[in-house]
Amino acid sequence: MNIEKLKSAHKLLKEYKYELGKIERGYTNRTLYINLGDNTIKEKTVTQLMKDKFIGGKGFGLYYLWNAVTPDTKWNSPENEIVIASGPVGGITQYPGSGKSLVCSLSPLTGMPMDSNVGGYFGPLLKFSGFDALELQGKADKDVIVFIDGNSGTIRIEEAPEEAIDSHILGEQLTEMYAENEEDKRNISVVSAGSAANNAYIGLLNFTFYDVRRKQIRLKQAGRGGIGTVFRDKKIKALVVKFAGVKGNLNNPADQSSINKAGIKLHKEIHDLDDKQNRMRQVGTANIIEVMDQYDLLPTHNYKFGGHPDTYKISSKVFTSMITQNTPDGCWYGCSMSCAKAVDRFELKTGPYKGQKVIVDGPEYENAAGLGSNCGIFDPYAILELNFYCDTYAVDTISYGTLTAFLMECYENGIINKEITGGLELNFGNSSASLEMLHQMARGEGFGKLAGLGIRNLKRIFVEQYGADPVFLNDIGMEQKGLEFSEYMPKESLAQQGGYGLTNKGPQHDEAWLIFMDMVNNQIPTFEDKAEALHYFPMFRTWFGLNGLCKLPWNDIAPADNKLTEEPAKIPDHVQNYVDIFNGVTGKKIDKNELIVQSERVYNFQRIFNIRMGYGKRIHDAIPYRAMGPVTAEEYLSRQERYDKQLKELVGFNPEGKTTEEKMAALRAYRKDQYEKLTDAVYKRRGWTMDGVPTVEHLKAIGMDLPELVEVVKKHL
Amino acid sequence: MDMIKLNNRDYEWEEGLTVRRLLQKETFTYPRLIVKINNVLVPDEEFESTVIRDGDDVKVIHLLAGG
Repeated sequence: MNIEKLKSAHKLLKEYKYELGKIERGYTNRTLYINLGDNTIKEKTVTQLMKDKFIGGKGFGLYYLWNAVTPDTKWNSPENEIVIASGPVGGITQYPGSGKSLVCSLSPLTGMPMDSNVGGYFGPLLKFSGFDALELQGKADKDVIVFIDGNSGTIRIEEAPEEAIDSHILGEQLTEMYAENEEDKRNISVVSAGSAANNAYIGLLNFTFYDVRRKQIRLKQAGRGGIGTVFRDKKIKALVVKFAGVKGNLNNPADQSSINKAGIKLHKEIHDLDDKQNRMRQVGTANIIEVMDQYDLLPTHNYKFGGHPDTYKISSKVFTSMITQNTPDGCWYGCSMSCAKAVDRFELKTGPYKGQKVIVDGPEYENAAGLGSNCGIFDPYAILELNFYCDTYAVDTISYGTLTAFLMECYENGIINKEITGGLELNFGNSSASLEMLHQMARGEGFGKLAGLGIRNLKRIFVEQYGADPVFLNDIGMEQKGLEFSEYMPKESLAQQGGYGLTNKGPQHDEAWLIFMDMVNNQIPTFEDKAEALHYFPMFRTWFGLNGLCKLPWNDIAPADNKLTEEPAKIPDHVQNYVDIFNGVTGKKIDKNELIVQSERVYNFQRIFNIRMGYGKRIHDAIPYRAMGPVTAEEYLSRQERYDKQLKELVGFNPEGKTTEEKMAALRAYRKDQYEKLTDAVYKRRGWTMDGVPTVEHLKAIGMDLPELVEVVKKHL
Repeated sequence: MDMIKLNNRDYEWEEGLTVRRLLQKETFTYPRLIVKINNVLVPDEEFESTVIRDGDDVKVIHLLAGG
């Protein structure tokens, strides 16, 4: 690649010099604002209110976004922002999983604030360069790159016409361009999208880190909700941050020793126990593929079923053999969990990079389930090829997998046909058709471009243009709030239906994953038990996003004596670690209860933000029936014994002598009623009205009765 | 019919049912399990040799809290 030629085509639009800052107890106390429309660059002071009420990370992102937009703002309005922030704990190197960036924006899919948690070095390097957050507003006229040099205190906006768009090339080009030499490459992180984000609403952002052993960039994804689409709509080609001098104490923490102590303890647990527990160091999150299948939870054929006889072909053993082993794969310094797995020298068989040998970051569990089993695809090579192209084109693998599965069911039901798809034979299992649709999405052509609008838009188009039955499409289209479901089968777990449905951003499992506690362990049998879990776990998990942390080291490894504790599902020892590292960095003295309240403030803020944007009420928390039970006779009959037993024992309906349709109707009425009762219980536990609106009393109780929030909720009480 | 409780649900008991056999029957393959019989923890290395008796209250808690 001719980097000099690419660089010489750059045109400097704005340069800004700033004083290098110092981090005090996890905060630089300063954020960076950039407007791409008029090339304004300015610094903002982090207020005490921001630190007290919003903590950092996603909290700062939502706070700035609230101030930037109005109820009329759309995802592609110039005033919509993309905010990227680490958090006060982010950037420490002693505790695994401490390098995350949180990204917030109004989503093209949902119209509401979206948040996404991503690895790679950008967030911590941004902080070490002097900023707790980066706000991007406005739209550029031509493709630009924003370059932040955290050692010289320089920020530049440059027109950049000639670099590639796709991330696996662009990331390499910009790392090469802005590094002084090979040694310097580790000091650079690039944020970019890809060509599909120019066309599809499911565009993601790739965050790089430079893998010094492979001498290649690696890509981590802020996947959900189309933030990459917003990025390209603003004509941002890339963000580049450069900071040399990462050390373990740059956060200038109040008490380094307590952080070290917690870190050493967790490193030892991972070293001693990971091979016996989840094998995160061998295969990452893909370790659960066959586990999900065995418990009837692996979504198959658009969530019709929870398992398939061919799952062994894409099991974790298969991917373990393809993933390069025995190399440290942490996406931030000091993460001994090392789950950022990769397949090296993978030869592509299709598309514009056919024949090239590339590195595939993954597969994550979600990729194998979404791109694979949910579409009836059990070919590991096809899954890796789809995984690679989704990443470099900037396509959210979860949304892509779920919407492709939906399209395949539509195709097999005759709702769409070859004429409509332009020749794509979208039968379950047709990996070639899925790949071609993905390439079309990247080129902005044909049926692939249409598919990129997401399930909610597709349902509307199929009804309006092809006379499809809206009831059936709403039953099988696995989206809620406009966001596609992630890759777990929730039919047999009412609590997980709530874990998907009673969320702020849509059905993404990062708020609550309760399937085993509920369905298998039967630990939360009553509505109140489930509501308590749907209070605690979403609040606990929200906290990672406030602090620049990863969820995985919390419960994908557990101390040997965890089973002896009162509440093993919470991993109490690790909860205490988080209290200790937060206090160690910030000098505050929170306990495990205050940790939850910190999250509650931001969680309720986000809920009220949704309401302010015209959503966020009970009606928006409804989920498609496919998430609750069998829509079709085929599904019912595949698990007839289970459903008949439930009708008899739970519903009080004798299935003998009844038609399948009669039994399905009885089960449907029961399950929908259960979901409504669960919703009542959860709203009550969360301090919300039965329409899902946080009450003023609750806001007061958690110290979040800010006037602008009270003003919004009062209109709905 | 001889019954035990498995995770607070009725479950058919059979003579000589060990913890290991129960896990096999239920395809409880996930490695991080807590097994208790009548509220007494059964160590992993005793799954093979521990026999479940008629009427026992068995808990098999999976410590999987997801993605």
